[in-house]
Amino acid sequence: MKAAAFRYARATSAAHAQALLAEHGEDARLLAGGQSLLAALNLRLSEPAILIDIGRIGHAAIEARDGRLRLSALATHAAIGRSAAVAEAAPMLAQAVPHIAHPAIRNRGTIGGSLALGDPAAEWPACALALNAEIVLASAARGERRVSAEDFFLGLYSTACAADEMVLAAEFPATAPNERQVCLELARRRGDYALVGVAASAKLEGGRISGLRAAFFGVGATPVLAREASRAAEGATVAEAARAAADALGRDLDPPGDPTTDGATRLRLARVLMRRAVEAMAA
Amino acid sequence: MSPPDALLHAVDRPNSWIGRARPREQAKRHAAGGGRFLDDLEPPRCLHAAFLRSPHAHARLLALDVTAAASQPGVFRVLVGADLDPVMTPWVGVLAHFKGLKSAPQYPLARGRAVFQGEPVAMVLAASRRAAEDALPHIHAEWEPLPVLTDPEESLAAPPIHAELGDNLAFTRTAETGDLQAAFARAHAVVESGFETARHTGVTLEPRGVLAHWDPAEERLTVHHGTQAPHMMKEIFVRHLGLAEEQVRVICPDVGGSYGVKIHTYQDEMACVAAARLLARPVKFVADRLESFQSDIHAREHRVHARMAVDADGRILAMDVEDLTGIGPYSVYPRTSAVEGNQVVNLSGGWYTMDAYRCRLRVAFTNKPPTCQYRAVGQPVAIALTEGLADLAARAVRLDPAEFRRRNLMPDGEYPAKAPSGVPLEGLSHQRALERLLEIMDYPALRRRQAEARAAGRHLGIGIASFIEVTNPSAMFYGVGGAPISAQDGCTVRLEPGGSATVASSLTEQGQGAEAVLAQVTADALGLDPARVRVVTGDTERTPYGGGTWASRGTGIGGEACLRAARGLSENIRALAGAVLQADPATLDLRDGAVVDAATGTGRMTLAEVGRLGYMRGDLLPPGVQPELSVTRHFQTRQYPFAFANGAQGCLLELDPETGWTSLLKHWVVEDCGTLVNPLLVDEQIRGGVVQGIGAALFEECLYDADGNLLNGTMADYLVPMAVEMPDIEVAHLCTPTAESALGAKGAGEAGTAAAPAAVMNALNDALAHFGARLTTMPFTPQRVLAALDAAGATAR
Ligand SMILES: Cc1cc2nc3c(=O)[nH]c(=O)nc-3n(C[C@H](O)[C@H](O)[C@H](O)COP(=O)(O)OP(=O)(O)OC[C@H]3O[C@@H](n4cnc5c(N)ncnc54)[C@H](O)[C@@H]3O)c2cc1C
Repeated sequence: MKAAAFRYARATSAAHAQALLAEHGEDARLLAGGQSLLAALNLRLSEPAILIDIGRIGHAAIEARDGRLRLSALATHAAIGRSAAVAEAAPMLAQAVPHIAHPAIRNRGTIGGSLALGDPAAEWPACALALNAEIVLASAARGERRVSAEDFFLGLYSTACAADEMVLAAEFPATAPNERQVCLELARRRGDYALVGVAASAKLEGGRISGLRAAFFGVGATPVLAREASRAAEGATVAEAARAAADALGRDLDPPGDPTTDGATRLRLARVLMRRAVEAMAA
Repeated sequence: MSPPDALLHAVDRPNSWIGRARPREQAKRHAAGGGRFLDDLEPPRCLHAAFLRSPHAHARLLALDVTAAASQPGVFRVLVGADLDPVMTPWVGVLAHFKGLKSAPQYPLARGRAVFQGEPVAMVLAASRRAAEDALPHIHAEWEPLPVLTDPEESLAAPPIHAELGDNLAFTRTAETGDLQAAFARAHAVVESGFETARHTGVTLEPRGVLAHWDPAEERLTVHHGTQAPHMMKEIFVRHLGLAEEQVRVICPDVGGSYGVKIHTYQDEMACVAAARLLARPVKFVADRLESFQSDIHAREHRVHARMAVDADGRILAMDVEDLTGIGPYSVYPRTSAVEGNQVVNLSGGWYTMDAYRCRLRVAFTNKPPTCQYRAVGQPVAIALTEGLADLAARAVRLDPAEFRRRNLMPDGEYPAKAPSGVPLEGLSHQRALERLLEIMDYPALRRRQAEARAAGRHLGIGIASFIEVTNPSAMFYGVGGAPISAQDGCTVRLEPGGSATVASSLTEQGQGAEAVLAQVTADALGLDPARVRVVTGDTERTPYGGGTWASRGTGIGGEACLRAARGLSENIRALAGAVLQADPATLDLRDGAVVDAATGTGRMTLAEVGRLGYMRGDLLPPGVQPELSVTRHFQTRQYPFAFANGAQGCLLELDPETGWTSLLKHWVVEDCGTLVNPLLVDEQIRGGVVQGIGAALFEECLYDADGNLLNGTMADYLVPMAVEMPDIEVAHLCTPTAESALGAKGAGEAGTAAAPAAVMNALNDALAHFGARLTTMPFTPQRVLAALDAAGATAR
């Protein structure tokens, strides 16, 4: 299929992009890495009247400062994977990168695009949720605002980013000394969207797990924070926590099925990942 | 790989090019981005086609109104079925030698009813493909859904999809040899199992495409076509457009992979050809990926139940096989959709000796897209069921699978022989292939490694599969049934005045390297560097008549025709040189671009001198000498219906019983395809084939719901095997040439695909056996693996 006809505008700055968004509203789509958007256009799943190309507005910086890691919207998956600052401040993100698509796609795809798209099987939304990141949004009408990841992912491909807004950055708290971070996933083929994945962080002190935040992806309409698992694991030894968290998952997750993997199997796989993730924290 | 001297063959000489592993010249152009595929062609006044396809698997078309679509910007015309009637007749995919095979007439566009989802219904012709797609939603079609048959077993009991055919049994055949009952009665053990192979498809890198042009002045049709068989397609266009054969020319541009997908009569392509004839304008169509999944032929939806009887020593006494396959609503024209199942009947058990054999095939119509010949046609099914039974039987008599095969494989050196179905076998090397496989796998060490891993809580599986591969088919395959399918190939080799050679062959190039093979064979016979051989293929007007690319026949048939032509030319060159040099031609040889004295190697004259004399300087030739510097030869096999190749494959994998994931660790192939013309190309055929076989075993399936809706029509959800999941594939060769040709080459294009699924299945079941579990339904998805473990009562925690 060929994409339906659309107009094209290249934004010269973030402010310009916001002005164009204000002008065109629902008819417009921002074009970042294009790695999700162009496929949707070519399948005619989306037929926007105008594309606003933000590829040249800058906003690709990766900075660690004052206990925060700030990933600007146009930082590519590949750049995040290469960044020493990321590996140090949020090792989970570095672990996630090899699971995102393939090198060519990682070279173009951006964290802003991934968060704005809100694919429930994608890695960045789950990582943002697990680490309680803040998404920085901006619009011409209302200026900048910040939304925590817990409030950002609203439903299937639906986020708190309004039609006239853009994602400017995501800010992650830098990892604490006793914190452990793990990103694991199961995909039929490397680079595919996860059948099930987990992004998890917890404190490990004296062989005991506390403050577990495990965000699962590929299990629902949004990434899902496993709160019951967290409760079950609180204060337990690694082996205990791994088992308890896995057992509790049934109360956190109710994954949908697809033609080759039903919901029950997904939950079963999620339990395996939960256990392995907690065990990996001690490794 | 075995050392080259193990492959030496009668045609090898000191300056031989046959047997040399070398990259092909022809690939340079592609590597440099110079490919010219169908979609690169854009003649003036070209119309682009987009199709309205049926959204229903089975529905009556109550109304079809194209007026709004016809007035969309850029649209030239919108055609429906009846519009094409004046120029094109329908076709029926039956062949006389498949007794009782039936099918219904198929039209380029559905008539009043659609019988599978994706069937073309109307055709928009516009200035661009985008304009044509923009107009599609403006076609008004009203449907009344009809009952949908997706399951072949249910279909056989249901009212017929085509009322005039009486029922949905398209074809049935039973082959029986020996006394089955007696053999089962005296069995020490009988094993039995179901096996299912999944409906999947070829997924060519370049989709199907056609560009047809009718020239009203000359009254000639030229069709550029991404096809494997231009001569066959020409005959089909001639027949169904009511033209004379001299009015039609088919040209193949570069073709980006075929695997059997591009050798059939497709409604959308036929509609383009008919429209071009009707409108006297070029009409182009290139399928997009969704259309490919919806309308390329599918294959391999087989449901098998099979039994094997063995005696106390583990010798096979008999096999009894039931195969049911669902082929969609039509048997595909002209090769038919009976062949795949027929191969299961002919080939199952075909490498073991046994006293009795029976195989019953039933072929059912369903409301899914038509199935037909895809790489290795039926062989993956036959090999999986046979090798699956072999492993079960080995376990039943407590033999190692390797030892079980040793006891049962047909003995080398006792050929000609017959397969249990009665199919004749010329000369095979099963016992040696097995031993060589065990050697390159280091089988005993692998078994030790497996035991160690198990002690450490890791689950390795080792699987082996012996096999035969159908290659070099004779006219008994299709021609005998009345199909316009040639089992022979022709080749013209011409010496150019500058001493190079030009080859024109009826083979076609799909990316597999056929042209490189022809260049090497010619170079060998003429003592020329292959870089000095130009090869022309894929044009019905410029090449001799012949079959093209299918059934692993290119090198064996077309290569032999080429060898004969080049040798004939060599003879003529030596005769001419002899006349000029006053030497006995028998004392001359061709080496390194020159005529030399055969005994001493002393150069006598260059091929350029021969060419110049022959073409320009007749004045210098002795009286009466007429140089003949082009030679054409044809070849087809006459003695055997097929030249079977054979071999064995091994697989090592690791099973994660918690997740059901299987990781392939290593794959081995021993292949005996007779003479290897270019071992590099053969190895890559084998490896590519193995990868497609692994796809069948682990990943690929065209998924349909009960209403016949395709559930995975993109590359994101139809999982083709990808590099990261592929194991290292080690390939070794044996060489048992066919005696039917001077070249001695058999085919190697399908071996990998044919036996890899069986090897993977046996490896997986070797790992699952530890838990008392078994799985024989492909593809082996994690969920199916987990379900098999659960069924065996194994807990995955
Ligand atoms: C074969 C393949 C496999 C893939 N596998 C994975 C995978 O395993 N995991 C994974 O996470 N992703 C995967 N992807 C998607 C990839 O990661 C994309 O890069 C990502 O989803 C979107 O980022 P992008 O920059 O390409 O955004 P685009 O495609 O340009 O845009 C995506 C959407 O986000 C909007 N958008 C973009 N930037 C902004 C912004 N700054 N503010 C507001 N809205 C914005 C766009 O308007 C559009 O709606 C895969 C893609 C392909 C083609």
